[in-house]
Amino acid sequence: MIEFHNVSKRYPGSTDALSQIDFKLASSEMAFLTGHSGAGKSTLLKLIALLIRPTTGQVLVNSENLGRVQPKRIPYVRRKIGMIFQDHKLLFDRTVFDNVALPLVIMGMPHQEIGRRVRASLDKVGLLNKEKAYPITLSGGQQQRVGIARAVVNKPSILLADEPTGNLDPELSSEVMEIFAQFQQVGTCVLIASHDLDLIRRMGHRTLILRDGKMVADGTLSKPASEANQ
Amino acid sequence: MSLSVYLARHMQVMIATLGELMRAPLSNMMTIAVIGIALALPTGLQVLLKNVQQVTAQWDGAAQISLYLKDSVTTKQAESLTKLLTKRQDVKSANNITPDSAMTEFRKNSGFGEALDALEENPFPALIVVYPSDNNDSIISVEAMLADFRARPEVERAQFDLQWLKRLFAIMDFGRRGIWVLAVLLSLSVLLVVGNTIRLAIENRREEIEIIKLIGGTDAFIRRPFLYNGFWFGLSGGVISWILVTLALWLLSGPVGQLATLYNSNYQLTTLDLTASAILLGFSVLLGLAGSWLAVSRHLHAIEPQ
Repeated sequence: MIEFHNVSKRYPGSTDALSQIDFKLASSEMAFLTGHSGAGKSTLLKLIALLIRPTTGQVLVNSENLGRVQPKRIPYVRRKIGMIFQDHKLLFDRTVFDNVALPLVIMGMPHQEIGRRVRASLDKVGLLNKEKAYPITLSGGQQQRVGIARAVVNKPSILLADEPTGNLDPELSSEVMEIFAQFQQVGTCVLIASHDLDLIRRMGHRTLILRDGKMVADGTLSKPASEANQ
Repeated sequence: MSLSVYLARHMQVMIATLGELMRAPLSNMMTIAVIGIALALPTGLQVLLKNVQQVTAQWDGAAQISLYLKDSVTTKQAESLTKLLTKRQDVKSANNITPDSAMTEFRKNSGFGEALDALEENPFPALIVVYPSDNNDSIISVEAMLADFRARPEVERAQFDLQWLKRLFAIMDFGRRGIWVLAVLLSLSVLLVVGNTIRLAIENRREEIEIIKLIGGTDAFIRRPFLYNGFWFGLSGGVISWILVTLALWLLSGPVGQLATLYNSNYQLTTLDLTASAILLGFSVLLGLAGSWLAVSRHLHAIEPQ
């Protein structure tokens, strides 16, 4: 569950990157976050992951007020959030298995349990046969799916994805989106930042639209792409 | 996280960092060699100083005070004074040498017997040789004893023969200080070398650190491999310095043995014993850890995911 109460973020020496954002995303709800580049999509996701703190307002994740989280506790908050990045952020000197296992290793999970969970996670994204491969040998779509497997391996209650299909062709994009939809169905709260309006419209989920840091629409996208993209 | 899992993780990181060290032996060897040499210098000097101390300790035990008695003192009086001195707590033994026995001994050993015959009188004064007890043979207590003896009416002159020993001790004191200063400076340089190496390692793994922070790795988790890295640097540097010192002492042992033979002694060089080796390795590990801690605490915070 994600809640934003009147959240604004101003970077030093610039105008508001986000201003007075208000929304609530229930658990097991999937939503898209869209808008032109620089509209504040990344800033909004960063606020949830505690990469930055709001200038004013409150962000709540699973009913926990992030403003009260001490720096020392930030890692523990992030463990409840699975994050997927446009550039995948994989470690290229480690195998697919080791990459996916990383969040569990960080949590100090016993060895056998790690093996079981990693394989289950890789199975979900259809890469079970690639566990010993190095990311460099995989295609872009496969790398993205490794990133997804890593994000969900510790069963986070929230999934954040920043342009997860940015480098993928339409077919692969749909595949990736299907995977997200599956997680939503098992109770995960999924928030995807994307400017792929065709895809968003096809998926038919709730869509939050940002323009110059303000939320200008919140609903299911049915309008033509050109209008929403202004 | 259970304790066993925690320990298993530590072991894993420990072994993994050792593996990394061995995978790039050449570049790491440079750092390790610098640590080894830097630590070998003060350690070697310390061992040498210890040897000098041991050699002089033998002389120190032979420290003796000569009490030349006035001519008016009779043999009997000398004997009773000797007995009196022997009873003192700070005196191990006292030996009364009468003028007659002194002359006999001199005649026997010096080869100047005929010269003595030319003299009308026995030129030797009555003499008491005092050996200070073992825990009173320091310069200070000997000095106090000398003052005491000089105050006695029977004593013409009290003399501590080993004035030069005093000077040697002063020089050794100076040497000890010098070694400490050297050790502190070189330890500092080891700290900086390890710190710099770890700083480079952190720089090289910046991306990995960012990713681990993004997915919820604690500072302790990120710090751990670098600290173990420093641990291994320290340990292997310590081993290298141990080898260097032992090798150097082994090279010196031949000439020292020859020298000792010339002095009719079978003195053998003291090498690094178990305690000294443990201290060397422990200190080296400590320096490695401290150096990496320095780097980690300074540079890890600067890496934050964007």
